[in-house]
Parts: sequence; C-alpha cells; structure tokens
Amino acid sequence: MKTGIKNMKKEVRGQLITYGLVIGVFIIVQVMLSLGMISNLMQGLLVPLCTYSIVAVALNLCVGYLGELSLGHAGFMCVGAFSSAFFTKCTMTTGLNENVRFFLALLVGTLTAALFGYLIGIPVLRLRGDYLAIVTLAFGEIIKNVINVLYIGRDSAGFHFGMKDETSLGLGEDGEVLVNGAKGIMRTPHQSTFTIGVILLLISLFVCFQLVNSRSGRAIMAIRDNRIAAESVGIPITKYKLLAFTISAAIAGIGGVLYAHNLSTLTAQPANFGYNMSIMILVFVVLGGMGSFRGSVIAAVLLTMLPEILRGLADYRMLIYAIVLIAMMLFNWSPKLIEFRKKFIADVFKKKEKEAA
Amino acid sequence: MKKLLSMALALVLAVGCLTACGGGSGDKGGSSDTFRIGGIGPATGAAAIYGNAVKYGTQIAVDEINEAGGLNGYQIEYDFQDDVHDAEKSVNAYNTLKDWGMDMLVGTVTTAPCLAVADKTVQDNMFTITPSASSPDVLMGDNVFQVCFTDPNQGSKSAEYISENKLATKVGIIYDSSDVYSDGIRAKFVETAKSLNLEVVSEAAFTADSKTDFQTQLKQAQDAGADLVFLPIYYTEASIILKQANDMGYAPKFFGVDGMDGILTVENFDTSLAEGVMLLTPFAADSEDEAVKSFVTKYQEAYKEIPNQFAADAYDAVYAIKAAAEKAEITPEMTYSEISDAMKAAMVEINIKGLTGGDEGLKWEATGEVNKQPKAVIIQGGKYVSME
Repeated sequence: MKTGIKNMKKEVRGQLITYGLVIGVFIIVQVMLSLGMISNLMQGLLVPLCTYSIVAVALNLCVGYLGELSLGHAGFMCVGAFSSAFFTKCTMTTGLNENVRFFLALLVGTLTAALFGYLIGIPVLRLRGDYLAIVTLAFGEIIKNVINVLYIGRDSAGFHFGMKDETSLGLGEDGEVLVNGAKGIMRTPHQSTFTIGVILLLISLFVCFQLVNSRSGRAIMAIRDNRIAAESVGIPITKYKLLAFTISAAIAGIGGVLYAHNLSTLTAQPANFGYNMSIMILVFVVLGGMGSFRGSVIAAVLLTMLPEILRGLADYRMLIYAIVLIAMMLFNWSPKLIEFRKKFIADVFKKKEKEAA
Repeated sequence: MKKLLSMALALVLAVGCLTACGGGSGDKGGSSDTFRIGGIGPATGAAAIYGNAVKYGTQIAVDEINEAGGLNGYQIEYDFQDDVHDAEKSVNAYNTLKDWGMDMLVGTVTTAPCLAVADKTVQDNMFTITPSASSPDVLMGDNVFQVCFTDPNQGSKSAEYISENKLATKVGIIYDSSDVYSDGIRAKFVETAKSLNLEVVSEAAFTADSKTDFQTQLKQAQDAGADLVFLPIYYTEASIILKQANDMGYAPKFFGVDGMDGILTVENFDTSLAEGVMLLTPFAADSEDEAVKSFVTKYQEAYKEIPNQFAADAYDAVYAIKAAAEKAEITPEMTYSEISDAMKAAMVEINIKGLTGGDEGLKWEATGEVNKQPKAVIIQGGKYVSME
C-alpha cells in the first residue's frame, strides 16, 4: 500500500490526501456526535466550516491558478444564497419533496452565481492588470445594496417586484412578501446539514482538482505564468480565463446556498456578504497557500473556529485573533521558519530511525 | 512518509480542537444552585453601543437581585456573549451559552441576529426575552417575549401623535433602508399617515454604507416643503442630520423615535442644535421617578455614561424574569425547557412597574408583545421634557 501511494503521480497523491483528510475528519466528527462528545457550539459551527471551506476553495481556483485577484467572492456567495433561498421560498408550498427541492435550490444558486461570474468576466477578463479586483469589489458592494432595496412578493396574480417598499408591491389579499428589502428573506427552512456540507465540499474539491489537472487547467496555468507565451502557442486566453472564473463563481455560489439554508434569516449585511467577508476569504487562501486547495480548507476551518474558541477571553479575543493570525502567517510563510521546520522534522525522523536501528 | 506524518498531525490537531471545546457539554449543564442567565449582543463593531448598554443594564439588575437575596432564593449568574451584529455569530454565541448551561436568555439585542437566534430558541424551547429586537417577526414562538415596542407600533404611534397634536401637515422622512428597524418603522408610519390624511411629501433613504452626509436627503425634504422631518433612525446619524440642517439654514420640526434617545450624549455634538426635537421614547434618563434615578446613578457610577433606553429595557427584562419566576416558582434544578414552559404561562399574568413602563407598567400578551405607553418628550434646555 505504502509503495502504491509512493508510486502514484504526485498530483494524484495530493488529491487523495485531501479527500482522505476531509473524509477522515467527517468520520471522526460523526463518531463523536453519536457519542455526544461535541459541544453545542461546535455542532453549530459544522455547517459554516463547510461553507467557508467551499468558498475558500473557489477563490483559490481564481487566485492561485488563474492568477487573477477577486475581491468579490462574498458577492457571488450572496447571489447564490439569495437566488436559492428565493427558489426555496417560492416552492415551499408546492409540496415538492424536501430533498428534491434542496437539490434544485442548489442548482439554481450555483447557476445564478455562475451566470453573474460569466457576465462580469466577459468584459473584464479581456483586460490586463488588476481590473478584475476592482470590478469584483464593486460588484460585491452593488449586489449587497441592490438586494437591500429589492422587494418581491407573490399573490394569486403572480409575482410583484418593487424597489421602494412592501406596500408599493400592491399585493392581493392572499399575497406574501418573499424578499423584503433590508429584512431579506425570512423563515427559510434549515436544510444544510454537516453531511450535505461535506459532500458539497468534496464535489467542489473534485471539480477543482479535475480542472487544474486537465488540458484546460494546464492552459489556465500557462496563462497565469506567462500570458504572452501562452498566447503565442495559440491558447485562447479569454476563453480559458472565463472558464476558470465562472467555475470559481459557481462554487462560491454553492457556499452561498449552504449558508442560506443554515440560518432561518438571510440578510445582506456588510458583516456577512460585504467587503470584509471577501477579504476574509482571501486571507484563508493566502494563509493556506495559493494553489493549495487543502491548505485553503485547513485555513478556513482554523480561522473560522479560532474566534469562537477564543470566546473565553471576552473583549480581548479579536486582539488575540489578530496576533494569532500574524503568527500563523509568519510560521507558514517566513523562509527562515520554513527552513527551521524542515530541519526539525528531519531531526525527529533521524532520531526515530536511530532508535529503530 | 513525511506527508503522512503531517497529515496525521493535522488530524490530531483537528480532533484536539473539537474535543477541547467538546468538554463540559452535557444535556443540562449548569449547576443546581444558581440560575444562569445568558445575554447576546454586539459588544464590538459598529452596533457595540447597543450591545454594551444592554449588557450593563442587565448586569445592574442582576446585581440588585443577587444583593436582595436572589431569584426565588437562588443567586443569578450572568454571561454576555458578543455577536458583532451578525446572525451566524449570534447563533454561535447562543450555542456557547448553551454549553455554559444557560437557563434563560436576555437577548438578542439587534433584530437580524435575533431572528436567527429566536428560531433556535423556539426549537429548543429556551425562554427568551429580548430587550430591544423590535421587529414583530422575532416573536416566532410562544417562548419569545419583547420589552421594547415593535417597529410598526412605533410607526403608527408616531403618526397618530403628529396628527393628533397637529404638529405638521407635510412630513418628510429620512431613513436607513438597509436597517430593518428603520425601514420597519417607516413603512408603518407611511401607512398610518395615509389613513390620517397626513401628507408624506418626501421619503429619502440612506444605507449603512453612506451615513456620513445627509445634505441630499435634507435638500429633498426642503424642496418638497416638509415642515416636519420624521427620523426613524439611531441618534448617531440623527446628530449629523441636525448639524447639517442647521448649516443649510433649514429648520423644520424634527421628530424621532426611541433610537433617537441618547442624542444628548453624542460627543462633540452641540446640544443646542437638538433644541425642540421631539421623540417618542419609553424612557427618559432625567425622569424624577425614584427607580429611574437610582438606576441612572448606579449606571453612571459603574460605567461613566448616562444610560439610554436599551439599558433600561434590559433592566426591565431582568425584572420581568424575576416577577415571572416568582409566580412560576421555578428552581435551577429544572431543565431549561421546563423553565420555559413555566415562565411563558407566568409572563402573561405579571405586571411590573419597570423603568420604561410609565404609570401603567408593563404587561405582556401571549404572543410575546409588550403593552406599554410611549411617552413623547421634547428637548428643552438640553433636557428631555415630557410633552402633554
């Protein structure tokens, strides 16, 4: 078995380790859940951990492989979240099977996010430079503000749209407001579970791994490494860039769907879908290592959990959080520390070998 | 091999993390000789003033009750968790408190997070009384109670008050469209105004991202000829509006709601600008009432601030718990679900004086909505003076 793993191609082995890690943690958590060993806090955190891992993987595809900075992934999450929650709200009374409905909501959320990613990509990805960062940043803010003034209601006559307030929708007696401006979408059912979250995370990882190890993936990386060289060998730059960016947006949409079906209220606030969240996701990616999906997942899990674990420190927790974040960045990426770490691990191994001998 | 080792280490770390926080979880944590009351609200971030006010107000009430012998003879422990005004973090805070062994919840302070938490408390049947989440939507179960007015209630009461006292004929509104509280009051105000033949001539919105300059909104109200501007917003923005209106030479009457309370304590704000501003509030810190006086003194001693109505609502929430707990004769040995069942039956029967209840006191409906009279006050000489 060991030699089998060794003989495998490096990428394949890396993929298997990542899947194994996710499945391993999943099994351990399930066992601990059945033994009642996990606190309420951790149980509540399981779905958000999956959500942020998925979005971090999505952004890593964009930043690490496509080499384009996106500051609007929270915006794609937002689009995915609202479109899927809207779909769920609309179909709640139709008597559709719950699981089928969730699956369809997932498709709706993912495709809507992909559509927005595609539309943004068409003009912007043709340009060189940091335009994508600027445009996605604006997109994230615009989408948040648009949703805050969007009112959608439904009665027997059909759907009503408005940008002013609920009363201006002119709903009939049997009408209900589905999207209520700043109040967002209320009373969406809880359907995100840890199992679904892990499955979606595995699917996202699978899609990303398959993409980057395919012919298209190599083309995408060639564009990242040297655009002119890639162009000169006939790679259609815009097409591949669009492909990667759309997939990245779609996966962020999956994260949004998971988010929307985890809480009973969905509002577009600066805290959950704003600029800060986009930066937070970028921090996951940078800390985990650009181009390393496994790193993104681990960083997302650790950094989402950290502020909750530090709750005992009360008012100082955000301060400590920042310090820990800096320490982790240095530990992971400072050249001196990497050298030291390597030496340390090598020493430990030598000792073991000596003891064995 | 190295890879495998690092993987194993990562696994150990992850499991270690999980178990570390897993410790101390039980079906009913908490000790059997104290009541544990939890609080949730923003203690950091932009909405921190509201969270901290509630935290401090609750603390004062808890200390008083403990000094006087406790709740049904048992001491109260109080823990307040930060949620940064975010729904997801709020649910995390709620779960943390459950791990701690919470018996009853005083929270959540702000509306949007409260919706998410109330949904969980209804599932768990945890007794919840929110001091300040004012949307009627938070009352989604019979175990959730409110101390503050609901938003629609404030909106309709304001419109009625303006119309009855003939304060204006043309009303302009400046509101925060990204805030549930502000938008909720505005919607009901407009609706009521229509039925009372009060003309709303302008409705100008701003959002949480653009709340430092209101000249456009003021100009809009001025051009529309509004002789009264209704401000269903919090006092920080209101103070800027008053300043800019003064700079523009626009001097309509200003009418606020409970969020306006606190405007006299804004730093670097010339309080003379607030002269003549009217607001509808359940609580005035300079009231001559004995209970209010004692509360304000204690609050100032401990926290060096003048309490606003959030603190007062939190204080009343704890005393409502006390009154209901005495009626229901609950003990800490009961599970939180048993406590909740006993408490929700008792809540509709109690009537407490409270800081925010005025002469008639506070009473609760079975839906969780509070019954109390709003007071209209006008700012005169840098003080709130009751309007009759």
